[in-house]
Amino acid sequence: MWTSGIPAGEVTPKSVYLNRRRFLGAMGGLAAGRAAFAAKLTGAKSPYSTSEKQTSASDVTHYNNYYEFGTEKTQPADLAKNFKTVPWSVSVEGEAGKKQVYSLDEILKLAPLEERIYRHRCVEGWSIVVPWIGFPLNVLLRRAEPTAKAHFVAFESYYDPRQMPQGKYAGIPLPYVEGLRMDEALHPLAILAVGMYGETLPNQDGAPIRLVVPWKYGFKSIKSIVKIRLVEKQPPTTWNIANAHEYGFYSNVNPEVDHPRWSQATERRLGEFLRRKTLKFNGYGNDVAQLYAGMDLRKSF
Amino acid sequence: MCLIPLGLLLWRGTHDGLGANPIEFITHATGDWTLRFLVLTLAVTPVRKLLGRPQLVRFRRMLGLFAFFYGCLHFLTYVWLDKFFDVQAMLADVAKRRFITIGFTAFVLLIPLALTSTAGWIRRLGGRRWQALHRLIYVSAVAAVVHYYWLVKSDIRLPVFYGALVGMLLLWRAVNRRKAAPASASRTTQPEPAGNG
Repeated sequence: MWTSGIPAGEVTPKSVYLNRRRFLGAMGGLAAGRAAFAAKLTGAKSPYSTSEKQTSASDVTHYNNYYEFGTEKTQPADLAKNFKTVPWSVSVEGEAGKKQVYSLDEILKLAPLEERIYRHRCVEGWSIVVPWIGFPLNVLLRRAEPTAKAHFVAFESYYDPRQMPQGKYAGIPLPYVEGLRMDEALHPLAILAVGMYGETLPNQDGAPIRLVVPWKYGFKSIKSIVKIRLVEKQPPTTWNIANAHEYGFYSNVNPEVDHPRWSQATERRLGEFLRRKTLKFNGYGNDVAQLYAGMDLRKSF
Repeated sequence: MCLIPLGLLLWRGTHDGLGANPIEFITHATGDWTLRFLVLTLAVTPVRKLLGRPQLVRFRRMLGLFAFFYGCLHFLTYVWLDKFFDVQAMLADVAKRRFITIGFTAFVLLIPLALTSTAGWIRRLGGRRWQALHRLIYVSAVAAVVHYYWLVKSDIRLPVFYGALVGMLLLWRAVNRRKAAPASASRTTQPEPAGNG
C-alpha cells in the first residue's frame, strides 16, 4: 500500500486550478478541444496498471461515445467544447449514514490520486488503453457509511438539453444512469476518474468526474457524474432501458457471450491493424471473477 | 465524378484523416456511398419522367455500376480488413448476424445486375426478361436499408431517412405502373424521341 500520496507541491492548488480554467475559457478555448481547459494532474503509480501500450491521447479524445453531444464518434470533441463543468457538485445520497453534496475540490481531497492504466473495452468491439487518474470509488462509498439496505450503487450523469441539444437524437433516454452491485462498487479496481494522460478529463471523455469499471463494457463507466445513490434494489441502467435484449445490468466483458447482433470474441485495439482476442472480464478475471462465482454469465449478462 | 468519394477516402487515408478507427471509417463510408448510389440510380427514372428528360437514362447504368463498385469496396473492407479472410468467422457471421445476412443479400443481388448491365445483354435476354431481372435493384435497395437499420445501436435517423427515400422511389413506381404504357425494353435503354414520356 503506497503511503506517499502526492507531494503537496504537485497537486494544483484550488485557486490556480480554477483560474486556469477561467483564463483558458476567456481565451475562447483552443482548437484541439482537449487542451482547452486542462490542468495538470499527477497520480501515484499503481500495481493495478497494465504495462500494455497506451492508446494515443489524440485517439482517445477524438473517438468518443457521448451521445448527449452527438452520436457520431467525432462529434463530442467538437460539440462538448463549451460544456460547463465548473462549478460541479456530486450528491451522495440514499441508503447512506452520511449523505453529502461534494464540490469537485472536496472530492479531489478525499484520497491521494493514483494513475490507473486500464484496458477499456467498448461493447461495439473496439478497445483502448487509457492512463486514468483517480481514486477508488470505495473511498467515497465508505465515507458515506452505507446502511444494511445498501445493496447497489446507482449513478446519474449530468443532463442539460440546452448544453446538449443533440441529446434528443441519442435514441436512449436521458439523463444517463448506471449502476453496480455493492461488492462490484467496493472493488479496488473501480475508480472515480478525474483525469487522464496527466491532465484533467477533457469534456468529451466525461469531465469533470466519471466512473471507470475496466472489467465491464465501456458504457458502464458513466461520465460526468452528478449523483451517487446507495439503493436497496437493482437500479435502472440506460442501455438496459433502451434495449434490454442486448444490454444487461452486469455487462461484464465476455468473449463467450455474444451481443445478439455481433460477436464479442474479438476486438479492434485502436491503432492496431489486426483484431485481437477479447479476454474474459477484459483480462481482469484474476481480480474480479470471484464476484460472479456460481452465476450463469449468459443469463446475467 | 462518381469516383470522388473514393478519391476522398484515399486522400484521407494518406493524410491521417480516417480517425481513430480507420477500418470502421472506411466500412461506413463505402456503405454510405453504396446506398447513396442505389438511391441515385432509383431516382433516374422518376426524375426523367417528371422533368420530361428521357435522355437522363444514360446515367442510370453508370450510377448503378457505381453502386455495385462501392458495394464491392464495402464488402471487401469487411472481408479483408475486418475479418482478414477468416472464412469460418465470416460464414458464422452471415449465418448468425441478421444484419450481415441481409447486407450480404443486398450485395449478392447486385452481381447479376452488374454482369448484365450492357446493351448486349438486353438483346441476349430480351427486353422483358432483362427488365424483370433488373427489378432486383428494388430488393437490393430495401435490403440495404434494413441492413443499415439493423446495425445501428440507437440512432436510427439515417437508416430511416434512406428508408424514406427508397420508399418514395418505389412508391412512385407503384403509382405510375398503372399509367405507364406496357414495358418495352428498347424505349427504356435508348434515348427516346423528344416529347415521349
